[in-house]
Amino acid sequence: MTIESESSYLPEEQGTPAASKVAGFLRAMGAVVWKDLSAELRSRELLSAMLIFALLVILIFNFALDLDPATRREPTITAGVLWVIFVFAGTLGLNRSMAIEKDRGCLDGLLLAPVDRSAIYFGKALGNLVFMLMVEFIVLPIYSLLYNVNLFNPGLLLVILLGSIGYVAVGTLLATMAVQARTRDILLPILLFPVVLPVILAAVKASTGFLDGSEMDVIRPWINLLIAYDIIFSAVAFMVFDYVVEE
Amino acid sequence: MDSKPRLLTIIDIVTVVLLLIATYMVFFYAPQEAVMGDVQRVFYFHVAAGWVGMLGFIGAAVAGIIYLIKKDRKWDIVGLAAVEIGIVFIFINIVTGSIWARPIWNTWWTWDPRLTTATVMLLIYFAYLMLRQGIEDPDRRARFAAVYAIVGSLSVPLTYFSARIFRTIHPIVIGSGDPNATGSFDMTPMMLQTFMFGLLTFTFIFIDLFWHRIRLGRKADQIEQLRLKTME
Repeated sequence: MTIESESSYLPEEQGTPAASKVAGFLRAMGAVVWKDLSAELRSRELLSAMLIFALLVILIFNFALDLDPATRREPTITAGVLWVIFVFAGTLGLNRSMAIEKDRGCLDGLLLAPVDRSAIYFGKALGNLVFMLMVEFIVLPIYSLLYNVNLFNPGLLLVILLGSIGYVAVGTLLATMAVQARTRDILLPILLFPVVLPVILAAVKASTGFLDGSEMDVIRPWINLLIAYDIIFSAVAFMVFDYVVEE
Repeated sequence: MDSKPRLLTIIDIVTVVLLLIATYMVFFYAPQEAVMGDVQRVFYFHVAAGWVGMLGFIGAAVAGIIYLIKKDRKWDIVGLAAVEIGIVFIFINIVTGSIWARPIWNTWWTWDPRLTTATVMLLIYFAYLMLRQGIEDPDRRARFAAVYAIVGSLSVPLTYFSARIFRTIHPIVIGSGDPNATGSFDMTPMMLQTFMFGLLTFTFIFIDLFWHRIRLGRKADQIEQLRLKTME
């Protein structure tokens, strides 16, 4: 966050333009991620809120669905509950992560930096992804413990990674818009959920497949859909992010 | 203030005439469907309304792309007009579909890919309007709306695909859910004529409403600018 360290991320070498451009982009992106991580490490506001929220959702589901031991171990229920937790906790995190930037004028500071704007987008998205994955990898063992199901399945972890990438790619873009609106607290889920529905559908189905031990033929279309979504929406967000932060 | 163009008046009249003829054709010209009976007549306007809803959605996305390139406020007005018309017609599409589905599928609603996609489209339209309401600065509002229209239009086909894979993996969620299984029929030439005429009519309705709404949007824009001028 300090001024001195910020200035060292400027692309100073002019010699090989393409290489230095990429290096400058990566450095700017890294700086944004690092800023978010170190700020979070000091305050622990975001992660603790997301985590406690996630635990509360597990608690509510436990009573709302009246999970008896047999249905608890049902893969459909597990995948569904897990993804609802991730999606809701993710919304909380996305909103907060962009609101911090907006409230104290940090976003303006970031935009003043002479770096590519999409580097800021990818930095923020990567930071959000890290937070989301952290929450997910704390929720998984807790869920396993509480409901006596083994969730440490490499396939499931892959689905969680792919699903989170898609979710965060769109979520970061839409959260940037939402925090600049008057109705920002309620706006993000309304904007995000209908658009991110394919991710949730595919992630739940693929997770169920892996927990169920289904054939790869059944799961593959969902994985492909997740990958397609991730690529399409990272590319679109990359292209339109400029318009979202422009003053 | 510009006066109403002659062509628009002509389209107004043509649209009303076409709608009257189409209604007549739906009820009297098209033969009664053998299995489903009269409720099948919903089909003509149902598909046509869905078609207009799709047009509105595509129109909003295209207007969004053009707006981001050209930064001309005109295209923002076009995008909003497309979305507002799209909402009304997708809603008509869903309601007429439900009326048909109740006797034929024995349920008002199933999560068939098309039904899911129509619902998601409606929700994205509503989110688009809520996003616009939350932002005061007109330029920012236009930019955000354009971005959201583009993102939404890319997501809808993916929703359709995911709902379709969902069906192929679980072919027997609800036995009567598949439109090919229950409620499908072959069109006789007279039905086909009625159907095509309905599509034509609704396309005219779309063009007519679209034009009116764009004019309205322009006028609202002018008023807003005049008000800003007097406030200065």
